[in-house]
Amino acid sequence: MAFELWKGNEAIAEAAVRAGCRFFFGYPITPQNEVPEYMARRLPEVGGCFLQSESELAAINMVYGAAGAGARVMTSSSSPGISLKQEGITYMAGAELPAVIVNVMRGGPGLGTIQPAQGDYYQATRGGGNGDYRLVVLAPNTIQEAVDLMQEAFDIADCYRNPVMLLADGMIGQMMEPLEWHEPRHRELPPKDWAAAGLHGRGSHNIINSLFIDPLACERHNNRLQEKYRLMEQRELRFEERGCEGAEVLFVAYGSPSRIVMSAVDLLAAQGVKAGLLRPVTVWPYPYERLAALSREPSVKAVVAVEMSAGQMLDDVKIAVGGCKPVTFVGHTGGVIPTQHEIAAAALAALGR
Amino acid sequence: MTHEIIISGFGGQGVMAIGKTMVEAGMEEGLFVSWLPSYGPEMRGGTANCSVVLSDQPVGSPVVLNPNELIAMNKPSLLKFEKEVLPGGIILINSSIVELKAQRSDVSAYYIPCIEIANDLGNPKTANMAMLGAYLEASGVLRPETVHRMLAHIFHGPKAGLIDINIEAMSRGAACVSGG
Amino acid sequence: MAIVYQKSKALTDKELHYCPGCSHGIIHKLVAEVLEELDLIDSAIGICPVGCSVFAYDYFACDMLEAAHGRAPAVATGVKRVHPRSPVFTYQGDGDLASIGMGEILHAAIRGEKITTIFVNNAIYGMTGGQMAPTTLIGQKTTTSPLGRDPSHCGGPAHMAELLATVEGAAYVERVAVYDIPRLNQAKRAIKTAFEMQMQGAGFTFVEVLSACPTNWGKTPLEAAEWVRKEMVPVFPLGVTRDIRKGAAK
Repeated sequence: MAFELWKGNEAIAEAAVRAGCRFFFGYPITPQNEVPEYMARRLPEVGGCFLQSESELAAINMVYGAAGAGARVMTSSSSPGISLKQEGITYMAGAELPAVIVNVMRGGPGLGTIQPAQGDYYQATRGGGNGDYRLVVLAPNTIQEAVDLMQEAFDIADCYRNPVMLLADGMIGQMMEPLEWHEPRHRELPPKDWAAAGLHGRGSHNIINSLFIDPLACERHNNRLQEKYRLMEQRELRFEERGCEGAEVLFVAYGSPSRIVMSAVDLLAAQGVKAGLLRPVTVWPYPYERLAALSREPSVKAVVAVEMSAGQMLDDVKIAVGGCKPVTFVGHTGGVIPTQHEIAAAALAALGR
Repeated sequence: MTHEIIISGFGGQGVMAIGKTMVEAGMEEGLFVSWLPSYGPEMRGGTANCSVVLSDQPVGSPVVLNPNELIAMNKPSLLKFEKEVLPGGIILINSSIVELKAQRSDVSAYYIPCIEIANDLGNPKTANMAMLGAYLEASGVLRPETVHRMLAHIFHGPKAGLIDINIEAMSRGAACVSGG
Repeated sequence: MAIVYQKSKALTDKELHYCPGCSHGIIHKLVAEVLEELDLIDSAIGICPVGCSVFAYDYFACDMLEAAHGRAPAVATGVKRVHPRSPVFTYQGDGDLASIGMGEILHAAIRGEKITTIFVNNAIYGMTGGQMAPTTLIGQKTTTSPLGRDPSHCGGPAHMAELLATVEGAAYVERVAVYDIPRLNQAKRAIKTAFEMQMQGAGFTFVEVLSACPTNWGKTPLEAAEWVRKEMVPVFPLGVTRDIRKGAAK
């Protein structure tokens, strides 16, 4: 047990290095600048390469190249920069390249604000770029969890040959908390014999490509991708439940707001109201079935979704609840952080008190 | 036990460092801690503040809305945050540059001439340590010895001479609270 | 019986899809011959563009990556940083490189990225059906400049070999053509020099090849070759624009 105090962004970067990431391509944007700054110092120490690209567009395509060449590689950015990276992300999904993309979300739309927000949920969980594709999207709510998930993210990416996104926000990126370094769970991974790394005696050439000009070939490719996404849904779903047993109010929140919800749960308990929290740790795949089951518990009178957006995950909550219980929403946009008091008040209102 | 603290002042006053020292010491003492900086454009030369939570329970929200304790290193910080302090809370004011007194009667206010203390010690950089010493005395939440041990880790080799001067700054700050 | 000619080992057996009279086939052959002669087939990694040469990954026998439109130099950067001792090249057309990919190519050169770029300039978009390119000549009619390119409306042609010659990170920049045998031989020498200098770690190397597009120009292959010589070469003069072995830019 050796706790160390780390700032979120730096911890995420160090976790990547410990997971074997040796290449980083990125472009400055607040509030994630400590990630590239840390990598610029750290990667040369371990024989890796940090490169500041001329744009986010170039950065993600450098990631495409490095991933296609067989390396463990990542990039990080914040909301407007992630929008620019969507081109490369869909190409990587299409060409089945593993990489990790960190989004330290800030308020939008457009240039928005640099304060924490969660307005990129649709973009992260619905693909974001063109075409039918998915990313495993990991949404930590502590720095410890960010670090643990980051260390596993590269294995998930390599396991499925698919990009993985770590979806954080400015609060997780900027705050400091104690953490313990754990040895990550290493998966059995297939060799990267598909990489364009030079023939070096191999009989036939490897091609990294997302173009399938014949419609039938393109559909076959898509069908295979969809099978892969179904497998991810079965194997990579993660969520946490806190105090859901016998709860009258069921909160659903991910990332930073889920911490504030826990403060609201305490406030409600002081008033004799039992509240629980279902926290998706993966926002794709999403815990639809578990939320459906919990919302059908007789004790649950109301479901309250809390987000730092105008209500994006709310859609998934409604899909899961399926109208069986009233769903209310507490949200803020533009970098305003919900308070535990308004969350508790919304829960009481939903109960008619 | 949960202490929520706001530390606020100008950039360059060591506001962030006070907070980081608190959470580091809290961690050493086995508490759950969090430190959250304001990171707006004000970071670049304007006012800066950070939220610190020290608790025996896991930290929920790291955002401090109503602090148990406020450290106001400059006047705008006092004006901005005084009304947010919980009844029965503590306000520590850097009286070297804040000429105002706390208006609230339901809180304890202490006035620490941080800059004079630091200048008397011949090291202006210790002003924030005088405030930290005062905070530890007023709140009783952390042991000064924990911070002293941390100082020994930070300052070693040719900088080892800075340990004693920082400890002395903390003591003089504490004395402003205890009246010693 | 003596073999007097055979296809380079750096090309696969896949049949090329290019139009009759298009220069891509010749340029592929020159790049392939250089890779073979320098013994680089086994280690080379190529990046192809979006445009007519999008399928180049099927034609070159080395490992290949298909890049998003214009991003080949960024993709090549990622590849080269992972495999710094491997020869890495991009093969790009004028829309890909000089329009949507202007940022990526300039910054690859600025970084002195140790890659070789083969830039095929035929003054028009081929794959999408003959639209105006950044290198379209003034007055040249295309499907999106039906009255001819008007510089008061959309500027004049981009001179990539001259532009990149101003960049310190560029080690070798030359413009060549392939409309007759002497030009073709010179083109091959230029491509060979570029790869050799890349392998010596000299910096960014770039060969612009003036190319014919009979289909979209509405010409026969012979007319198209003649049009390169008569119309394009005066606007895009052939020759070395930068060679750090001989001091600064010419």
